[in-house]
Amino acid sequence: MTKPIVEYKDVHKSFGDVEVLKGIDLDIFPAEKIAVIGPSGSGKTTIIRMLMTLEEPTDGDIIVDGKNLWKMEKNGKMVEADEKHLREIRGDIGMVFQHFNLFPHMTILENCMTAPIHVKGENKKEVKQRSIDMLERVGLGDKINNYPSQLSGGQKQRVAMARALVMRPKIMLFDEVTSALDPELVGEVLEVIRDIAKNDDMAMVLVTHEMDFALDVADKVLFLDDGVIAEQGSASDVIEHSENPRVQEFLSRFRG
Amino acid sequence: MSYWSFERFFEAWPYILKGLHITVGVTISAFLFALVFGLVWTFLRRIPERHINWIVTWVMEFIRSTPPLVQLFFIYYAWPEIPVVGVTLSPFVSAVVGFGIHFSTYIGEIYRSGIESVENGQWEASTALNFSLLDKWRLIILPQAFPPTIPMLGNYFIIMFKEVPIASTIGLTGILHMANSFGSEHFNLIEALTIVGIIFLVLSYPSARLIKKLEVKLNTRFDKNQVIDPIE
Repeated sequence: MTKPIVEYKDVHKSFGDVEVLKGIDLDIFPAEKIAVIGPSGSGKTTIIRMLMTLEEPTDGDIIVDGKNLWKMEKNGKMVEADEKHLREIRGDIGMVFQHFNLFPHMTILENCMTAPIHVKGENKKEVKQRSIDMLERVGLGDKINNYPSQLSGGQKQRVAMARALVMRPKIMLFDEVTSALDPELVGEVLEVIRDIAKNDDMAMVLVTHEMDFALDVADKVLFLDDGVIAEQGSASDVIEHSENPRVQEFLSRFRG
Repeated sequence: MSYWSFERFFEAWPYILKGLHITVGVTISAFLFALVFGLVWTFLRRIPERHINWIVTWVMEFIRSTPPLVQLFFIYYAWPEIPVVGVTLSPFVSAVVGFGIHFSTYIGEIYRSGIESVENGQWEASTALNFSLLDKWRLIILPQAFPPTIPMLGNYFIIMFKEVPIASTIGLTGILHMANSFGSEHFNLIEALTIVGIIFLVLSYPSARLIKKLEVKLNTRFDKNQVIDPIE
């Protein structure tokens, strides 16, 4: 049996007095596509932000490829991870944000090239070709020398995906990547994710409100409610056949 | 004797202009000093330690709330009296250090506002791409933080230029000092001081216009919502 690439072990997270996550246990297997759904404020985004090292768990462990993400051994004791430790593990993880977060002072091509060159020290020519290929794949081959300010929201989000993919992560995280888009631009972004999900063998975790989309691409769906995973299973089990009243109530709001 | 003489007016020009390189030299040197020292304040203030933060904030506040003239007097007259660390500085060096430190506290604040204007998402994206701390600053944050501060820095350059004449009180031989000595030789200050006014106007006004232009240009470039080449 394959070993999970990421394991959450009783992970808790509080912001001040508010406990947002109340014990998350979750295995993510290589190439697995997971959709995280649930009401807003249920802690969906926090789950992936902790894996991206943008938030530190209050309690519990996150194991990435056998290594504890937030803790490290020092003089025989487990201590809080330092930046060096985090950097070693973080290289396997990529993230696409709700608000794109492209670098506005760089062209689209430069947005894609800067991290492989400066972080991984890769050959510039090779990175350039790979970035152009990736931008073509997301349908922006003709925009490589434009600045982000010259693009539509959907195009920006596709650049953000290309930028993350060029780093060749083993795990890709998508944080409500269509929530900030005008409705008519959502489709083009989902199309690209669908393409990635079908053709790439990295693990993907998608925090999303697009139920039909989750049903289409996800191997597993997690329903998060009030800081715990209230229900999980195959997409059709959770979205179409769940008997959990909370799930049904949540989904009914989407079905109208 | 008439109170205004064109003869004296034209005679005074070359005499006063001999001080121009000193005035301009102090302004440029002190400004460069302030640009570098401002960066020091900015990073000192980012140290996440409460006590250091408190001390740095109040030292900056103290420097900003004291008149530059008093600071110049202290550096030039009082500093040499202090045992061990006290050294006698020339009027030029005193002025550079005095104005440099005074204005560095303002410039530090400008840097800070520039850095804070960079959205948090930029930090998060650079973390997600696994940049080192140095590369985050060098490649992502500072290139976005610096350009919007250029107009404000330019304004402080002009303000500082106009403050420099007060250093004539510690014997800096800039244009005001030259005008004064010309005026006392000829028992008439009106032409000499008029010339000083003209020199400041001629140098400040175009600089201010240039900064204004730069500001417009930078705003256009950094407007994130501007669509130069609409697609849809």
